[in-house]
Amino acid sequence: MADVALRMEHVYKKFRKGEMFNSLRDLVPALTGRMFQRQGLAGNDQREFWALRDVSFEVKYGEAFGIIGHNGAGKSTILKILSRIMKPTRGSMVVNGRLSALLEVSAGFHPELTGRENIFLNGTILGMNRREIESKLDQIISFSELEEFIDTPVKRYSSGMYARLGFSVAAHVDPEVLIVDEVLSVGDHMFQQRCMERMSSILKGGTTVLFVSHNLKAVSELCSRSMLLRKGEVAAIGETDSVVRHYLKDAQEAGDGDESKPVYVSDVKVSDETGERSTFESGQTAWIDVEVTAREKVQKLAILLWIADEKQYQIFQTSSEVLGHSRFCLDPGESYRCRFELSLNMGQGTFYLDAAIGRFDIQKVYDRKTPAATVFIRSTSAVRGAVNCFPKLTEAEMVLDSRLEERHA
Amino acid sequence: MRGYLQELNKYRGLFWMLTYRDVKVRYKQSLMGFMWAILMPVLVVVSGVGVRYAYALAAHRLLNKADVASVAVKALPWAFLVSSIRFSCNSLLSNQNLVTKIYFPKEIFPLAAVMASLFDLFVASGALLIFLFVMQVGWSMQLLWVPLLLGTIVVLACGIGMIVSAAGLFFRDVKYIVEILLTFGIFFTPVFYDTRMFGDQGKWLLLNPVAPLLESLSACVTHQQPPDPGWIAYSLGFAMTALVGGHLFFKHLEPAFAESI
Repeated sequence: MADVALRMEHVYKKFRKGEMFNSLRDLVPALTGRMFQRQGLAGNDQREFWALRDVSFEVKYGEAFGIIGHNGAGKSTILKILSRIMKPTRGSMVVNGRLSALLEVSAGFHPELTGRENIFLNGTILGMNRREIESKLDQIISFSELEEFIDTPVKRYSSGMYARLGFSVAAHVDPEVLIVDEVLSVGDHMFQQRCMERMSSILKGGTTVLFVSHNLKAVSELCSRSMLLRKGEVAAIGETDSVVRHYLKDAQEAGDGDESKPVYVSDVKVSDETGERSTFESGQTAWIDVEVTAREKVQKLAILLWIADEKQYQIFQTSSEVLGHSRFCLDPGESYRCRFELSLNMGQGTFYLDAAIGRFDIQKVYDRKTPAATVFIRSTSAVRGAVNCFPKLTEAEMVLDSRLEERHA
Repeated sequence: MRGYLQELNKYRGLFWMLTYRDVKVRYKQSLMGFMWAILMPVLVVVSGVGVRYAYALAAHRLLNKADVASVAVKALPWAFLVSSIRFSCNSLLSNQNLVTKIYFPKEIFPLAAVMASLFDLFVASGALLIFLFVMQVGWSMQLLWVPLLLGTIVVLACGIGMIVSAAGLFFRDVKYIVEILLTFGIFFTPVFYDTRMFGDQGKWLLLNPVAPLLESLSACVTHQQPPDPGWIAYSLGFAMTALVGGHLFFKHLEPAFAESI
């Protein structure tokens, strides 16, 4: 197939846990011991584990493909295999085109060299030739906003400056296939914004991008298709929106193990008129269904709902009780469902919905899901900030001198 | 083979960049700057002359100029060999983040380390030329052997460099073993002495592949005499074997580098 940029077929990767012999001093006695005892290192087989198991996927030219998963799910291993740093234990992979991997943007920096020298060094490491770097030098420097310090050794840089220079070099490599690992989490908010913009423009230029991140917002903004990894296996693959939802559900189920709670939040769904979803336009109406289930007999219950922003700061709270619904009682095994209608007047960003079940009179919270759901707010208009106040410009005119004089008089 | 050379050629720029970096970093921030390249050979020469002077006293002879010049001529390539092996041994470990994060043929690291040491050798050679001129050492057509002899030493350094860098990645104590061998190597290599001094037993010392090269350099630079082609062929054969063997060894282990470092 000519339109495939990247493909992995049934890739397995095995690692060994525990310490290996890394000095001759340890190895020689171990080998001698084995010769005499005939078992010695036999325990080794149990120390193996599979970092990847039967991973297959393909990415088409010009597509942005996201990989998400918890720590240790095998994301970085996939990138290392694709960039040929590691060999798969089994399976095969194909990469068509010049590949550039930004696994760690400042990996090639040498602290003693100046910013300018490091641009050349790192640019070469990332696969550019000297002439290419020279032609892009000004662009790179101005993107990094380090004009003043460009001839200072990078050991004097702050970590933010370091990372900014690293990303600036990396962002100006023009590969056909770009592998990006968590590099967007550098610098301050403004710089991150610029990084995202740069990524989008790289994408528009027809580059195939493989994007790995914990930042779900970035993944869902950039990638049309995604893959969810769970313990080295592909748990879901397809539209980013549904894969992200799958991931969040995963995170939620991890906390369900506690059997001691008399009543717990058993299900939370976020939907609009078309059905369940996680991405909304700013100001759109959303329905949040919260279902609670009782294990024991509980009384005078109320369902609570919070919204928190990216920094876990609570920006909104409501409950079934303050909305006028009377307290309810549940017998063991019974479930109760509430539907909240919210208009999501937040600005662009990621927001977390927390749901809880509790009693107001004795100030007790039986169970709380944090986060129960995650929503991404998109805003097409020129609105910035945490809330959308739906601004309109109603009047705009030049203030005339005569009127000013009148006012002063 | 052809595909491999093409790939190596693709990373040519990176090879020069890393060499440039190693050289630059070594000279930057060092008090002596380019004197650094000369310091090590000068130390070897001074101690060699001291040893030579002691020999002469013991033999009730005068120390002649040719002996001093010969020590100087042999000290430089030896210092080069020592520093290139030492740097290449550490080259993979000190570039750990590149080894685990970015793909390219990893032999670039030890080879760039050898190349950076070669740069030092050239700087020091400039000083040596002045020294030889002051000592009034003559010249002859025998100097045409020098590029071949130096080339053989470089090939040998590359071969050994690849072996010790790969081995050093898997076994951290290889570094110390190499260090000890390099420190005591000078006693088994005719830098301070000539193999002739041992009479008939001297040929055993020539089995050390570095020995014929240093002896030949001394012969054709300071004594204007033709070197022994047989022994040069022996050293060349040894160096080529080290290069090919070292490369095979390196390439065999390379896929495991990123996981084992």
